[in-house]
Amino acid sequence: MSPHRDRAVLALPVGERDHMQGPANATVTLVEYGDFECPHCRRAYPIVKEVRERLGPRLRFVFRNFPLTELHLHAEHAAEAAEAAGAQGKFWEMHDRLFERQFALEDDHLIEYARELGLDAPRLGRELATHTHKAKVRDDFMSGVRSGVNGTPTFFINNVRHDQAWDVEPLLAALEGVHEGVR
Amino acid sequence: MTDTMARAAAGPLVAGTAAPDFTLHSTPDQTVSLHDFRGRPVILAFYPADWSPVCGDQMVLYNEILPEFQRHGAELLGISVDGAWCHLAFAQQRRLHFPLLADFEPKGAVARRYGVYRDGDGTTERALFVIDGDGVVRWSYLSPIGVNPGADGILRALETLGTERG
Repeated sequence: MSPHRDRAVLALPVGERDHMQGPANATVTLVEYGDFECPHCRRAYPIVKEVRERLGPRLRFVFRNFPLTELHLHAEHAAEAAEAAGAQGKFWEMHDRLFERQFALEDDHLIEYARELGLDAPRLGRELATHTHKAKVRDDFMSGVRSGVNGTPTFFINNVRHDQAWDVEPLLAALEGVHEGVR
Repeated sequence: MTDTMARAAAGPLVAGTAAPDFTLHSTPDQTVSLHDFRGRPVILAFYPADWSPVCGDQMVLYNEILPEFQRHGAELLGISVDGAWCHLAFAQQRRLHFPLLADFEPKGAVARRYGVYRDGDGTTERALFVIDGDGVVRWSYLSPIGVNPGADGILRALETLGTERG
C-alpha cells in the first residue's frame, strides 16, 4: 500500500536559534511558520496575540520565517528585516510592525520602521543590502519544508502539525487539549 | 460487494511498479511525455484543481522548493484535469516555473492509470509519485484531499534515490 504518513512533525526542535515569546518551561509550545506579506498570516497575527493572552505563562510562541518569495515580492526582505531587528534585540517589535503595516513593505518602509523602533536603521539597511540574514531565513524555510509546512501560516503544537482551523477558539482548544494531556 | 473490493484494490500505484507513460499538453501548443525524462527522477504531483483559494497552496509551495528538487536532478510535473488554457493562466498568475499538465481529454485518463482519479468529484486525488530514471515508481503518497501534503516526503524519496548533485 501507499505509505500513508502519520502526522507531520517539527523536524528542527525549538532551540537557541529561535525567537520565542513566553517562558521556556511552558507546557505548550506553538510554532508558526509565516510570511510577513501573506494575508492569512496577517489575519493570524491578532489571533495568536489573543491566544497568548488567554493562556499566559502556559504557552510559549515561536515564529519562523517561511517567505513565499515567488508570490510575495516583499516577503524575503521583510523576513530579513525582522531578523535584522532581532540582531538588535527587537525581533518581536518588528514582527508586529510588519504585520500591522503589511501594505507597506518596500525597503524604504522597512528602514523607516527600524528608525521608529529605535533601532540602528542604517545598520539594518546595510544588512538588508548585503543579505546578512538571508541564510537564517533560508534555514527557517528549509526546516519548514522538512517538517511538512504546506502553506502559510502553518502551526505546530508541541512539534505536531496543526491541520485544523486556527481561529481563536479551535486553536485555543487544541492548545488546551495538549496542556491537559487529553490530546 | 465486488465493486467495493475493486475500489479498495485500486489506489495509487505502489513502489516497484513501472510508471505508465503518457503524453499530455503542458501549454495549448506543447506536449510533455514521461519518457522525455528518462535518466532522471520525475516528481508527479496530482492535485484536484487550479485556483485553490489559499496562498501557499501546493503548487506555489513546490515552486518555492524547486531549487531543492533540481539539486537532485529531478523534474517536477503538476497534473490536474484542468485544461491547458486554465493551466497557462494559473501558472502565469502564480509565477510557476514548472509544467502543469492537462489530464483533460479523455478526462482523467492518466490519473486513472495511476489509480488516483476521483469518480464522484471528477478530479484527481491529491497524490504524489517519485519515479526514478528508469521509469519505475519508487515512492507514492495519497494525501487526504483537503490536506496539502507538503514536500518533506518527496525530498526524503529523492534522497533515497541518491541522485543529489553536490
